[in-house]
Amino acid sequence: MKEITVNADRSHLEEVQHFIEIELEKIACPMKICMQIALAIEEIFVNIADYAYHPNTGTVTIRSTIQKSVPAIMIQFLDQGKPYNPLERIDADITLNAEERAIGGLGILLVKKTMDNVKYEYKDGKNILTIQKNLK
Amino acid sequence: MEIHEMKEGNKLSITLSGRLDTITAPDLENKLNSSLDNINELIFDFSALSYLSSAGLRVLLSAQKRMNRQGSLVIHGVNETIMEIFEATGFTDILKIE
Repeated sequence: MKEITVNADRSHLEEVQHFIEIELEKIACPMKICMQIALAIEEIFVNIADYAYHPNTGTVTIRSTIQKSVPAIMIQFLDQGKPYNPLERIDADITLNAEERAIGGLGILLVKKTMDNVKYEYKDGKNILTIQKNLK
Repeated sequence: MEIHEMKEGNKLSITLSGRLDTITAPDLENKLNSSLDNINELIFDFSALSYLSSAGLRVLLSAQKRMNRQGSLVIHGVNETIMEIFEATGFTDILKIE
C-alpha cells in the first residue's frame, strides 16, 4: 500500500494522478483502463477539493493498493471534511434533451459506470471513498 | 490542451488536442464565449483529443445549448474511449457526432 497526502485543492490534481500512474506502471494496465482510472480520480478529487472543506481548507489522503493476483487496483480517498456520501446523490438524468440537462452529477455517474466497485463509509471523522478497478 | 480555431464566414472549426479536463475546460469555455457571436455552424475536431472528463462535458453541453439557438454543432473524430464517455452520460443523444 502506498499513500500520498495533499491539500484538497484543484492545483494538486495532476500530482495525485501522477502518483497513481506510477503505481499503474508497475503492472500492465491497458490504456483505456488507465484513462478510466485517471478520470475517476479527477472526478472524485475535484469534488473533494470543491466541497469537502468549503469555505475552509484541509487535506486529502489517497491510498493505492495493487492486487497483483486479480490484477486490480484499489484506491481510497480520505478527507476530514463535512460528512458527505456522493453515492447517495441521485444520478443525473441522462435521457433529457440538452435544454433540460442540469450541469452537475455527471462526474460521480461516470465513476459509478466505469469502476468495478465504489464504496463509501464515514469512519473516525473521515469520509472514505473506495474505488476498485480490475485491470483486465 | 491546445485549441486551434479556423473561421470561414459564419462557420467556426475548432480542433482540440490533448486533455479536456477540470484544468483546461475553462480555456475552451472562454474561447467559445468570445468566438461564437454570429456563428451558425460550429465544428469540433476531436481526433487529437485523448481525455475528456465531466468538466469538458459541461462545456460541450453549454456549447450545444447555445448552438441550438443559433445554428448547428457537429463533432468529428471521436475516439473509442471518449465515445464511451458520451454513451455512459447520454451525450450521444444530445450531440451530433459524425
